[in-house]
Amino acid sequence: MESDQRRVISLLVDNQSGVLARVSSLFCRRGFNIDSLTVSATNDPAVSRITVTITSDEKALQQLVLQTERLEVTRQVFVLDSEKALERELLLLKVESDVHNRTELREIACIYKAKIIDLSPDSMVFELIGRPDKLDAFLKMFEGYNILEQCRTGVTALERGGMHQHIQKPPQEVRSVQLPPPGAIRA
Amino acid sequence: MQLNGSQIFVEVLCEQGVDTLFGYPGGAVLNLYDELYKNADRITHVLTAHEQGAAHAADGYARATGRTGVVLATSGPGATNLVTGIATAYMDSVPMVAFTGNVPTSSIGKDGFQEAYIEGITVPITKHNFTVRRVEDLADTMRAAFRIAQSGRKGPVLVDIPKDVTAAVCEFTPKQPEPIRTVTTYNEEQVHWAADLINAAQRPLVYFGGGVRSAASCQPLRDLLHKAEIPATYTLMAAGVVPYGDPMNLGMLGMHGCYTSNRAVAECDVLIAVGTRFSDRVALNPKTFAKNATIIQIDIDASELGKNVDVDLSIVGDAAYVLNAMLPQIKPAKHPDWMTMIQSWQAQDYHPVSDPTRLMPHQVIGEVCNQCGPDAVYVTDVGQHQMWAAQYLRHTKSRGFITSGGLGTMGFGYGAAIGAQMALGRQQRVVMFTGDASFHMNLNEACTAVSYELPIITVIFNNSVLGMVRQWQTSFYGKRYSQTDPHRKTDFVKLADGFGLKGYRCTNLPEFQEAFADALQQKGPTWIECIIDKDEKVLPMIPGGGDINDIIME
Repeated sequence: MESDQRRVISLLVDNQSGVLARVSSLFCRRGFNIDSLTVSATNDPAVSRITVTITSDEKALQQLVLQTERLEVTRQVFVLDSEKALERELLLLKVESDVHNRTELREIACIYKAKIIDLSPDSMVFELIGRPDKLDAFLKMFEGYNILEQCRTGVTALERGGMHQHIQKPPQEVRSVQLPPPGAIRA
Repeated sequence: MQLNGSQIFVEVLCEQGVDTLFGYPGGAVLNLYDELYKNADRITHVLTAHEQGAAHAADGYARATGRTGVVLATSGPGATNLVTGIATAYMDSVPMVAFTGNVPTSSIGKDGFQEAYIEGITVPITKHNFTVRRVEDLADTMRAAFRIAQSGRKGPVLVDIPKDVTAAVCEFTPKQPEPIRTVTTYNEEQVHWAADLINAAQRPLVYFGGGVRSAASCQPLRDLLHKAEIPATYTLMAAGVVPYGDPMNLGMLGMHGCYTSNRAVAECDVLIAVGTRFSDRVALNPKTFAKNATIIQIDIDASELGKNVDVDLSIVGDAAYVLNAMLPQIKPAKHPDWMTMIQSWQAQDYHPVSDPTRLMPHQVIGEVCNQCGPDAVYVTDVGQHQMWAAQYLRHTKSRGFITSGGLGTMGFGYGAAIGAQMALGRQQRVVMFTGDASFHMNLNEACTAVSYELPIITVIFNNSVLGMVRQWQTSFYGKRYSQTDPHRKTDFVKLADGFGLKGYRCTNLPEFQEAFADALQQKGPTWIECIIDKDEKVLPMIPGGGDINDIIME
């Protein structure tokens, strides 16, 4: 069996109440272990995009895609090609700081191109947007400091270029089925 | 035309061809029931004793006919009582639409009297569900519910209707029902490969399941078996698709399947799985299941392909279409060596030995078949009796065996029998097999069968214990009979009298023969209690996680 890999999956779903509950209920029921999940609007007001990151082998990934496709609210599911994926995440980080360490914290922020969006006598808040591994590296720099609060949005992602490889739902055609009248069944 | 929500409800049901629904009234659905009262000539409403019975009845109706079963319940407890019935239908892919009332939209979320968030509760056990918040959406939501329930892989859909929506008025435009959708496409190259594999096989075997119950797929399947001399084994859900006595029919597969079927799976070189999902009652050990075979899987639901057991070739599509496309590419063949091997295993199949001093399950079931002929429809509850019925009934038609396979719902039987009898008419013979423990769960529905004069014959195997669990305790738990011997004193004959139906009690075969013959003459429901030994076992048995090498034959 293939080893576990990190994957990014994009779900295009109907933009209606309860969709996130349906999708997350499915993940929970099928035992898919999600690293992150974000929901956002798209250019089509009827469609939302759910971006999921998961660490799994190929088989578990296929099951996640196929099970998600079964939901009525799902329009399209595709796994992003890691070569072409544009992934971004937003981090907000509040660190304890005072006059003694303000300069060194600013230096870290400067190198990582993080913004300082709040400064108070005893704390600083940074904002950083980037790939998840960049955020991880940035956070590593704060191991010696006292982190007061932290939050990350989870990954949101698109693929470069025009078209991306879609995994389509099997096409369905309409056929009429003659149903026998009740009381006359002899199969 | 301007109609209120309740009128729209009835109009859309009629539009969808619904002539029977099962349900139980209550506060939140009073408007709907008022409209059903006015339309009693168009739609027959069957009142059950409990909403669970109504859900199982709608399920039984659907299984007996292939049409969509419909159930209606009130909000709160009415809705939650449907849950087991909906989950039962979901696990066995039965088309069903469940309607529930709810508190008015303005009160939703405020914990009003009899409010339950049934949409949230049923998300994991329905194909899809809806809450209708505006009367303008009611008709199209109901139509969508029917479309989803009966399209592709079938299943239950729930529509929750708040009380104010059933009273509000809007413009209603009648529509013809949409045609039923199925997956008519398939990958032609894959079908071609499958045919090549089958043509080259020395020891081919077909393993089919509930996905081939529809009449459209039964025939191409039978044709395939005979054209290339391929023996076949089936799951519990597909009993009768290939009739009893057909030389290609090896019998049921799995935990309580026969020796030959399980052995054939272990020895075959090509396994063709049609409309089946390699459940843990069949592929008891997914690692060793058909380990010598190239596995071809045909299923309408892409997510089932390779879910439980790794397969070599998977084809997404409706079994009827795929098999019909495959048939012309299959070369007529004979497999004499393979058939000889199979015949030698068949000589080792388990056959119970009759004991003249006691009544035994296989005798009872054999006698029922003798007296009913091939046309009867059989319904079961869940447990030992269910397996005996699956093993010993001479199944001849694809919708003639109604049983809860996936969820294994004890108490399923009586409701389902009511549904089947309502669907097929009172001239149709419907026989239900149950055990004393399963029957105690939902025997309240006997009052429904009495009210509607349904001639359901219930055969109760009374071993006075919870037989299947007790069998496991005997085999795997050192005979520590924890909570399986309840010492109940129920007198089923007196109980029958109390319900207003006829009851019989038998301790030997001649008594049973006489009782059953008498029951066949009755207009209304009857039940026959058969006293059997508490140590009677379901055999053969392969323990969970095992394979043919672990089979227990005695």
